[in-house]
Amino acid sequence: MKEPVLEVRHVSGGYRESGVLGTRKRYQEVIQDVDFCVYHGEILGLVGESGTGKTTLTRMILGMLKPESGEIIHHTKRPQIIFQDPYSSLNPVYTAEWAVEEPLRVFGKYDAKERKRRVYEMLERVKLPRECWNAKPDDLSGGQRQRVCIAAALIQRPRFLIADEPVSALDVTIQAKILDLIKELRDDLDLSFLFISHDLNVVYQLCDRVLVMKSGRIVEQGDIEEVYNNPKSEYTKKLLEASL
Amino acid sequence: MTKKDSSIDPKSFLIVGAVITLLLVLVIIVGMFWTPYSPTAMKYGRFQSPSWNHIFGTDNFGRDIFSRIVKGAGNTLVIALSTVIIGAAGGILIGSLTGYFGGAVDVVLMRVNDALTAFPSFLLALLIVSLVGPGSKYSVVLALGLVFIPSFARVTRSEFASLRSRNFVTGARLTGAGHARIIFVYLLPNTGRVLLPALTIGFNNAVLAEASMSFLGIGVTPPDSSLGYMLSEAQSMVSIAPWYALSTGLSIVLLVFGVGLIGEGLQARAKEVD
Repeated sequence: MKEPVLEVRHVSGGYRESGVLGTRKRYQEVIQDVDFCVYHGEILGLVGESGTGKTTLTRMILGMLKPESGEIIHHTKRPQIIFQDPYSSLNPVYTAEWAVEEPLRVFGKYDAKERKRRVYEMLERVKLPRECWNAKPDDLSGGQRQRVCIAAALIQRPRFLIADEPVSALDVTIQAKILDLIKELRDDLDLSFLFISHDLNVVYQLCDRVLVMKSGRIVEQGDIEEVYNNPKSEYTKKLLEASL
Repeated sequence: MTKKDSSIDPKSFLIVGAVITLLLVLVIIVGMFWTPYSPTAMKYGRFQSPSWNHIFGTDNFGRDIFSRIVKGAGNTLVIALSTVIIGAAGGILIGSLTGYFGGAVDVVLMRVNDALTAFPSFLLALLIVSLVGPGSKYSVVLALGLVFIPSFARVTRSEFASLRSRNFVTGARLTGAGHARIIFVYLLPNTGRVLLPALTIGFNNAVLAEASMSFLGIGVTPPDSSLGYMLSEAQSMVSIAPWYALSTGLSIVLLVFGVGLIGEGLQARAKEVD
């Protein structure tokens, strides 16, 4: 819990609306002075209502959006993301196996045999039933799809992943299984996670530390037990009361 | 996946359409190498009505109509296919680039596209033929091909625009996939659902457009022939040799009907998936 894998340093930013030929530009700030680290081996929770800028922050960390000020320092290569909606995160025309192999094809370092070996190993690891390996997304359940997405995100062996509400589209029983899988993978593969959720119970089950975000600012951060048992900000108290 | 209200299975459309089309194509391909009679020889007796020897009869020069239809249909098929290939290739290229990248180029090109679709396509084709110079099947192919680009571009663009923000595209970018890979490997296969029916509709429109142009005398001219050209010939002798117009017209109908059924089936199947 010492080495940071990601440092977000006083980051502010948002969207610039561009007019028809890129002339008019209106700026809307979404993130204000956000400052935190993700440490090696931890699962850091990020909670907050929808519209507080969680997704915007994600896009900045992934380099899809430039912060207006502050800096984001990655200490790992190629962070990956697991999306909330497993229905749109898989290409409907290709099989599960294809989806997991694709990042390796893009990466281009291994031959076909080595790729297959890695893909099968990863599919075993995420416990996708063998009969689903050749199925297309339409024939998979939400939980199975999410396992495929996790496998695809892990196949390039990233050290750091963002999980953007990975279980909120799933049934409660499936949720628990996926959460267990994430924990197991963290331990086995030595991963670090930024786990985004609006569900405080899920975050409590899974995370080591937690950030609470409101209107683009972090209003509280700390160890999970500490924050849940002894919330300092009014907003955190309100959130906790609402979820109990 | 709810049951559609129409009681006919789209699969049966597909099968019947495919059978008709395959049979016709087979006859046409055989006709490119062999026809029962020479399609140009004028020695079979003028205006013979259909018989076992000449199943569609003979025309005013004593040529066997069946052999001529097989040859003419071959030309029509080649023209329609080339037209669709030009139109689809151009349209898919423009549509995928504008739909994927968006921005100013997208806005400008799509307005041009809208302006072009505001004209009846037939009028545009006429304009292009008169610019290129009429009289060969290449000018017909070029004119119709160019005219078909906007509709394919629009269909492709709207699919790309709705697909590009899907998570699997974002995920692909994060793994390092380049634009070309995303366009061809990720997005294009997903547009098949709408593009395949569009291709069959385009083919039929091309057959009909070629027929009308040749009928009006700005399409195929002798020594080439096509179904449309033959139909215009046939109309001048419709009272003496009605079988000529009838057999030629029915050939066009059959060709369009077969491919139309395939398109209908594909469309129904695509809707079922939605």
